[in-house]
Amino acid sequence: MRRLATLLVLVAAVPASADSKLPPSALAYTQLRDPVQEARAKALMETLRCVVCQGQSIADSDAEMAGDMRALVRQRIKAGEQPAQIRRWMVQRYGDYVSYDPPLSWSTAPLWLAPLVLLGFGALLARRAFAKPRR
Amino acid sequence: MRRLLIWTPLALFAIVFAVVASGLLKPGDRLVHSAMVGKPLPQLNLPPITSDKPGIATADFGRGKPRLLNIFASWCIPCIAEAPQLMKLRKAGVEIDAVAIRDTHDGVQAFLQQYGDPYARIGDDKASTAQLALGSSGVPETFVIDAHGRITYQHIGDVREEHIPELLAQLEKAK
Amino acid sequence: MIAELGLAALWLAAAFAVVQVLLAWGAAKASRVTGERAAIAGVELMRALRLTTLVQGLLALLSFLLLIVLFIRSDMSVVLVAENSHSMKPLMYKVAGAWGNHEGSMLLWVTILAMSGAGVALFERRLASGTLAATLGAQAAIGLGFYAFLAFASNPFVRLNPAVTEGQGLNPLLQDPGLAFHPPTLYLGYVGLSVAFSFAVGALVMRDVGPAFAKAMRPWVLAAWIFLTIGITAGSYWAYYELGWGGWWFWDPVENASLMPWLAATALLHSVTVLATRDGLRAWTLMLAVVAFSMSMIGTFLVRSGILVSVHAFAVDPTRGTFILGLLGLYIGGALALFGARAGTVTQGSTFQLVSREGALVLNNLLLSVILGVVFIGTLYPLAAQAAGVQLSIGAPFFNKAIAPVALVLVIATAVGPLLRWRRDDLNVLLGKLLWPASAAGVTFAVMFVMTGATHLLTVLGLTFAAGLAVASVLPLGRRKLLRTPLHIWGMVAAHLGMAVSLAGMAADSAFTLERLAAIKVGDDVTVGPYRVILADVRPTIGPNWSGLEARLSVRRGDGRPFDLFPQQRFFSTPPTNTNEAAIRTMVDGQLYTVLGQGDDQGRWQLRLWWKPFVTLIWLGGGLIALGGLLALIGRVRRERRQADAETYA
Repeated sequence: MRRLATLLVLVAAVPASADSKLPPSALAYTQLRDPVQEARAKALMETLRCVVCQGQSIADSDAEMAGDMRALVRQRIKAGEQPAQIRRWMVQRYGDYVSYDPPLSWSTAPLWLAPLVLLGFGALLARRAFAKPRR
Repeated sequence: MRRLLIWTPLALFAIVFAVVASGLLKPGDRLVHSAMVGKPLPQLNLPPITSDKPGIATADFGRGKPRLLNIFASWCIPCIAEAPQLMKLRKAGVEIDAVAIRDTHDGVQAFLQQYGDPYARIGDDKASTAQLALGSSGVPETFVIDAHGRITYQHIGDVREEHIPELLAQLEKAK
Repeated sequence: MIAELGLAALWLAAAFAVVQVLLAWGAAKASRVTGERAAIAGVELMRALRLTTLVQGLLALLSFLLLIVLFIRSDMSVVLVAENSHSMKPLMYKVAGAWGNHEGSMLLWVTILAMSGAGVALFERRLASGTLAATLGAQAAIGLGFYAFLAFASNPFVRLNPAVTEGQGLNPLLQDPGLAFHPPTLYLGYVGLSVAFSFAVGALVMRDVGPAFAKAMRPWVLAAWIFLTIGITAGSYWAYYELGWGGWWFWDPVENASLMPWLAATALLHSVTVLATRDGLRAWTLMLAVVAFSMSMIGTFLVRSGILVSVHAFAVDPTRGTFILGLLGLYIGGALALFGARAGTVTQGSTFQLVSREGALVLNNLLLSVILGVVFIGTLYPLAAQAAGVQLSIGAPFFNKAIAPVALVLVIATAVGPLLRWRRDDLNVLLGKLLWPASAAGVTFAVMFVMTGATHLLTVLGLTFAAGLAVASVLPLGRRKLLRTPLHIWGMVAAHLGMAVSLAGMAADSAFTLERLAAIKVGDDVTVGPYRVILADVRPTIGPNWSGLEARLSVRRGDGRPFDLFPQQRFFSTPPTNTNEAAIRTMVDGQLYTVLGQGDDQGRWQLRLWWKPFVTLIWLGGGLIALGGLLALIGRVRRERRQADAETYA
């Protein structure tokens, strides 16, 4: 039934019967006690993509699976893991799809270089609008 | 130089047009595939959820015979749809284990009674941790685990009649 | 009968669009011929062209109004009504249902397109008649494609036989006053930009680019830009309170689709000023005018076709997508080809000194274009990657990293630009003027750095730059008699100040927001920031077409007066859907944002609470920007009128 959710027009509107009857995992909707750890977990959650939603991070999705992913992130942060490790774990499972922060690689190089290339090209173009300094 | 610049926008648009057209005419599939296919089954250790079947442990797999690992839940409607197909696979001699996602003892028990029970073992995954570890993104999904304990195939969505030959072929390959 | 009338009006409008193209062609031709007879024929042709354009607009409007009537009457013998409405819906949402679906929204799109053309035909007096004719012709040509799309692929008036007794209802998330009127606002902006596009095409066809052309185009761009600004601001606020997680911008493809035309239109507004004042940036301004509406069309296409995954995406339909893609190729490709063929003959116009108002405006255009390019590439990159067999996701982390630095430089350009004189200025004089803004920025930076440390460098910089810009933006009013200051100067000041205000809100939200997630029983309390929140009660509640649960939160800040908040969960039955209704309390210094989540078997309820200091500034700034646009529009139009009158009586 969760798969049906992907067909839905809007994700925040999850169909009433799409979910299990179990309450959400303990850490899906509660914070870690240590604010430093919680901040770290939160920052990581904002960069992980909910795999059953249509383009939402797990930090702002009502989907059950997003809740379970949040719980997993918080548990691992609590156990002392680094955010980068957890991200690697997720990417091992779901590929780069799960990360909203695309890693720099051959396939993403054009993306990350785009701002610089555009700036350079734009500067060249803009130079044409200016008069050559006289004298 | 100026002539070149003036035609640049059209050239760029042509590229964008091609990209969008390719996305439209050949829509990539929206399914989120597990990146675990081809890798060994991750460490799983799930307690039993029913009173008469054992839970799931990674050590149970890869003992010289391929097995199916079905991700299901009693609250999932497509799972009802695929239940008869799994029964058919079971009758064909396929060994099937299951992970029950976010489920209860009573829920699973009632589901099996009503729709049939093809499973040898069922693990209890209350917080979807095993599901996440497998790179699975929904219910139902079915993984083929080969004779050496590696994941060799992932079927996303309910298993229908037409999927059975492919699954059997994958199981054959996984021996 | 009404549905048939609506369809007839639509076909008639299309027929008038054909006539309009032909008349425009004739009038444009006549304008090139000299001689008295030709002049008289030209005047007659222009009159007929204006009239045709007006009638086309009115017919499209009639068609759209008839669709609204069908929705109000809940005429379930029409497929569109049966699929998207319900007789029990409140009246407002019946009306909004008319555009809360694919066909209706496309009809609205075409209606605005035709009405914009009618507006140009009615009010445009200054443009050379040949250019005006070509402009109206281009506008009708765009209309034709979309009429065809409506008639052949998205007919909103299809009958359902036999009729059903009850409709399927409107998506509950759309049943919200803000969202009901969000699409029309955004569309007015998107499609309003078609006028700029048509102007550019007209100018290219007639090789008529100069200050007069720029002055004629400017009010239309301003008007569209105002609606876009309001639409984006309102859309952001809607996402903020409706999605229930306190986020206000997600870099979602649909959001990007509305941001891209805005960025292009903002750049266009500034370059058109340079063209009007200094007769420079001719080809560039034409390019921007084409790009701005192209972005609108691409945005519409991305939303309609569903080829990009989005939170807000409409139903996927590749057939329609192919149709629209064809139209895009035709119009954008055609305009760019025309640009390639003709822009070479458009002379470049004046060149500038680096330290001058126009220098800063060129920098503004450069940076806005870079941001636009990054948003565009970031939005479409996953699609390109997919074509290459790679699955990846691009979201907030990428956009924030790639855009924030450019945006901060843009803030500097915004602060400095209005302080510079046209033609040439002195760097030393400029530095003198920057004393106050720089001090404001310096003090803010010092205070913020001490308060938050180096961990939030980007947000500290955001607040710093916002403070500097806020001070700099009001400086152009100094040494002026305020009452005699032209309205468009006030507009500029308001818009730039709005940008500072909005930026401050964004930075404050990311630096100071406090989050509290808790599961508590009725009678228990939690604290978030300075607030103590008691879960006083959870009880069932009902609305016109939903039932739900409502929590009563008793909130107190320090020793202040307690107040109540009522976050809800709503369950809609047609179609079956759950939504969260956040309860938000706005204070002078921020918002308290509360959401009621699920309950568990032990009687505990999830609460999601946020204290967001100064978050309201984000949308307040957006409103100020739109207000600035409005002031500028009124000022410009009045000034044009006065000049036109002066010329008439001279």
